[in-house]
Amino acid sequence: MFENYPILSLITFLPLLGAALLMVVTKFAGEDGRAQMEKNAPRVALAVSAVVFVLALVLTLDFDSAKAGFQFVEDTPWLGGGIDYRLGVDGISVLFVLLTAFLTPLCILASERSIKTRMIEYMVAFLILETLMIGTFVALDLVLFYLFFEAVLIPMFIIIGVWGGKNRVYASYKFFLYTLLGSVLMLAAIIWIYNFSGQQLGAPTTNIETLINDLKIPGGIQTWLWLAFFASFAVKMPMWPVHTWLPDAHVEAPTAGSVILAGILLKLGGYGFLRFSLTMFPNASLELAPLIFWMSVIAIIYTSLVAYRQNDIKKLIAYSSVAHMGFVTMGIFAFNSQGIQGGIYQMLSHGIISGALFFCVGVIYDRMHTREIAFYGGLVKSMPVFAAFLMLFTMANVGLPGTSGFVGEILTMVGAYQVSPWIAAGAALGMILSAVYALHLYREVIFGEQTNEKLNDITDMNRREVLILAPLAIMTIILGVYPSLITDITSASVENLIANFNAATATAGN
Amino acid sequence: MYHVIVFAPLLSAIIAGLFGTRFGRQVLPEKAALILTTGFLFLSAILSWVALYKVGIGHEEADIKILRWMDVGNMKANWAFKIDTLTAVMLVVVNSVSALVHLYSWGYMDEDKFKPRFFAYLSLFTFAMLMLVTSDNFIQLFFGWEGVGLASYLLIGYYFKKDTANAASIKAFVTNRVGDVGLALGVMTIFLVFGSVNFDTVFNAIAENSDRRLPFLGMDFNAIELIAALLFIGAMGKSAQFVLHVWLPDAMEGPTPVSALIHAATMVTAGVFLVCRASAIYEAAPITSGFITAMGAFTAFFAATVALVQNDIKRVIAYSTCSQLGYMFFAAGVGAYNAAMFHLFTHAFFKALLFLCAGSVIHAMHHEQDMRKMGGIRKKVPLTYIAMIIGTLAITGIGIPGLYIADTPIGFAGFLSKDAIIEAAYTAGAIGGSNAATFAFWMGLIAALMTAFYSWRLIFMTFHGEYRGDKHTFEHAHESPKTMLMPLGLLSVGAVAAGFVFYSKFMGNAGDFWHGALPASAGEHHANIAPDHLYAAAEVSHSDGHDAVKHSGPFGWLFNHVHGYPYWVLLLPLVASLTGLFVAFMMYMRGEGAKKHIRNIEETGGTPLYSFLLNKWYIDELYDATVVKGVRKLGDIFWKIGDIKIIDGFGPNGVAAFAAGAAKRLSKFQSGYLYHYAFIMLLGVAVIIALVFRTVGG
Repeated sequence: MFENYPILSLITFLPLLGAALLMVVTKFAGEDGRAQMEKNAPRVALAVSAVVFVLALVLTLDFDSAKAGFQFVEDTPWLGGGIDYRLGVDGISVLFVLLTAFLTPLCILASERSIKTRMIEYMVAFLILETLMIGTFVALDLVLFYLFFEAVLIPMFIIIGVWGGKNRVYASYKFFLYTLLGSVLMLAAIIWIYNFSGQQLGAPTTNIETLINDLKIPGGIQTWLWLAFFASFAVKMPMWPVHTWLPDAHVEAPTAGSVILAGILLKLGGYGFLRFSLTMFPNASLELAPLIFWMSVIAIIYTSLVAYRQNDIKKLIAYSSVAHMGFVTMGIFAFNSQGIQGGIYQMLSHGIISGALFFCVGVIYDRMHTREIAFYGGLVKSMPVFAAFLMLFTMANVGLPGTSGFVGEILTMVGAYQVSPWIAAGAALGMILSAVYALHLYREVIFGEQTNEKLNDITDMNRREVLILAPLAIMTIILGVYPSLITDITSASVENLIANFNAATATAGN
Repeated sequence: MYHVIVFAPLLSAIIAGLFGTRFGRQVLPEKAALILTTGFLFLSAILSWVALYKVGIGHEEADIKILRWMDVGNMKANWAFKIDTLTAVMLVVVNSVSALVHLYSWGYMDEDKFKPRFFAYLSLFTFAMLMLVTSDNFIQLFFGWEGVGLASYLLIGYYFKKDTANAASIKAFVTNRVGDVGLALGVMTIFLVFGSVNFDTVFNAIAENSDRRLPFLGMDFNAIELIAALLFIGAMGKSAQFVLHVWLPDAMEGPTPVSALIHAATMVTAGVFLVCRASAIYEAAPITSGFITAMGAFTAFFAATVALVQNDIKRVIAYSTCSQLGYMFFAAGVGAYNAAMFHLFTHAFFKALLFLCAGSVIHAMHHEQDMRKMGGIRKKVPLTYIAMIIGTLAITGIGIPGLYIADTPIGFAGFLSKDAIIEAAYTAGAIGGSNAATFAFWMGLIAALMTAFYSWRLIFMTFHGEYRGDKHTFEHAHESPKTMLMPLGLLSVGAVAAGFVFYSKFMGNAGDFWHGALPASAGEHHANIAPDHLYAAAEVSHSDGHDAVKHSGPFGWLFNHVHGYPYWVLLLPLVASLTGLFVAFMMYMRGEGAKKHIRNIEETGGTPLYSFLLNKWYIDELYDATVVKGVRKLGDIFWKIGDIKIIDGFGPNGVAAFAAGAAKRLSKFQSGYLYHYAFIMLLGVAVIIALVFRTVGG
């Protein structure tokens, strides 16, 4: 239906347009109109992001899941020299676009009350963030991808740095330092690939499709390039041991910032592995898979244990995110259907569940302004609705069957088991540890006698908060009961990816 | 029909949970929520009996697909029902007990403020359990498996203000998860070996894979043995077998109806069900089967020893459950799956009865659970007393050995099923030559003696002798309301009749009742109960004349019905039971009885053996000192040393310290906010890229 319309450009840049509109109108409204604009900004942002969501939904419905290749491709000359403006989605990326478009309106809805200062700028930052996130997933040109991929950090810095907590400077500094290291290496690798493509293909290009299908990078260099990309993706995931920026960033970020951070930004690394590492450097991927495996398992066990000992709710959930991302990398580098589809599933599911968990933290943080676990206790008495939602998401986080969390975990483990029972067994330990820290948190916050007098007047979730969490709750269960909703879409592209991967690694072996 | 059986409880759980509690609008009056959940459960229960009749007698097995679930690569698992006799039996057990427990809870939870929530949890549990037993593949089984774990967690922690209840609920969930990891790895291995997780596909392909080797964690295993062992780890968790049993006694923190339903009659038997469901696998895994026999036997013994000295009325019954589950496992271990299922079936009735009676006592005594503060209350609660006596007669296995009327032995439910197990163990040991089975036989006998002792001790301490608690409680003690007594009555009927009514079905000729749901060798009565590899040995013994001899004389009937084992095997369990009764009587019914023992222990602190048993062999302490402390310590080390000192210290903070020096010199550029730098730097990067590419691309 939309094959001939630039729907991807529309979805990508509509939020940016909205942001521009906000800025311009504010400028013209002057000092007097500013108060009014502060009120209107969230509504405008919500409307824009809602439209984006509808478009993304239409895109997904219109997406032909039987085809493995890229769809809705747009190709316009841009910088020249083989660097063009190319967009497109396949079964791997289309759902991330939808996830981004799904979470953003909820974030905006949640921010309307919890953000107290500079509302307009906040909404502008958020809309720009949405554009950049979606852009990352739909870019089919390496340079374009890189720009989106790195630029995403800017609004995120600003959101943490301006609307964050007390230690926001340290947190954003740490965040920045880590990601910068990865970016520089990746940039160098991209430049090398660009030059090499000129030598091998006649004309240099950064067209991702061409690079994936036609470029044959020799073995030794593949490893170096793989490592350069890895540096960037591993930080974004984040994988152990480059994960320590995440807990700090989460703790300082405002609620919606945490949601986007956990829900979308952590997926950029996994997406990068799938889109680039496995396709352009298959032999290096195969060669270095054991490294990823061990880092994944260490992440799962190590960060789960660390999560258990945290005193801060957000830190606990942040560490648990690192553990869950361990399942993703483990699955992706198993190079089989269950592993890779499980990895994608785990990313989407974690986007929903961890997003929901951070929203839940936001609910009580908005009321009490503390995230300290010891402060709470016995909340079920005055907040039964909140307790029920948190129970659902806690169980989903633990990977209880019937929730989406289970599907991702079991598939990645089944995938990894076929390659290495050791790894799967190590990851399975994570099943126990996740129960340990998640139930510990739930017990300390929700159950028990309410002893803190400051909690006497705490109110249960309001309608807005229910409106935010209900869709996430529904998706958690639907995806747990009927995962084919997702796997049917990812299947063709993943099978194609695996076939190419096997072909490439087989010829190299001979 | 099966849709109704399984989904009615889910529906009522959702309605009661969403509309009956403070979670939703609470549009549903409390009473309506109770009627709805209980009514639906009775509907399910009645239909389950119809199902048992249709499947067990009429052999109308069914495979029903409901919805596609996982479909990734060649891993396919649907939401689907597989209805055979094994499932039908479980449907009856689960729904009957659940319906009665729902009804019972009307009275027991009368003063509770959150009744709809309680009933919603009960129904949710029932649904999960039904999904477990109706599954046609290992993944859905896992769904039910963890689903009942969730419900159990919620219900153990139902009194959420109590710290002990919260601790117990987490302990239950986490310990079960340890087992679940085994189960999950078992399922993964199954998928690796068979390329499928569907029961039928897997079970039909066992023969061709029976010699397959598989490396696992650095060792080389027979694939089938490995699968069997991993699945059994799951079973050990759920069914509270030794090593993973620690959660079950603590689970008694939950309301008593919950203990009866989940921690006695249904959920804890899921492990036994799993082994029976996967009996095709265990038939091909003699080593693991031997291990199961030994573990089951040891648990039967171990738990019984602990039950001997406990003072909490519920804990006695909890350890008793643990011990009885051990019986079921060693029955399955020696290949007598039908005997295991038979005991599961009868046990559900009499153990639920015992728990609900205990609940009735606790209800009467204003939530006093300590038997030291009871005594002589039979006059206050006469009907409960009678019901509990019936339950005790059933669990201690009272009956008339060797007397068969219409091919059915005569005795209380536990007599028939437990004796079938002990005899199966004897046969597998003496004729099949299995050492594990011989061990199980003796452990089973000793445990039977102890079972009788602690069961009667409970009766004597609670209902007989002098009252030892505070006067006020005694004066206000009262018999329970009808909603509680009715389930006691119905379960009493089960405790009496479940044995002899169903004996010929469960233990009768192969194929007749089970119709392929269990291995053919399991159904062929006692002597042939042993798995295939014992089968040959049993055949030989037949020709030796063990079975063929016809005795005459006045007691000849006693021998003629004995299949393949000497008559003392038949008599010993009863002798053990009566001995236990005798010892308990001598200790607690003569003179001062319980009072003397309680005083003795208060004064002397008890013997070392007594303390050892009272403290449950110190296993909880051991786990605390090692695992629990270890996990905390490790978490702290990873966090405070790994993350903060090493990673951050050498990483960002190290760089920061270095950069701080440089930054001082550039301080006039300092605008105070780091994100400005970040913004400018990234903008710079973007510009540089664009320029670089333009030049290179030129």
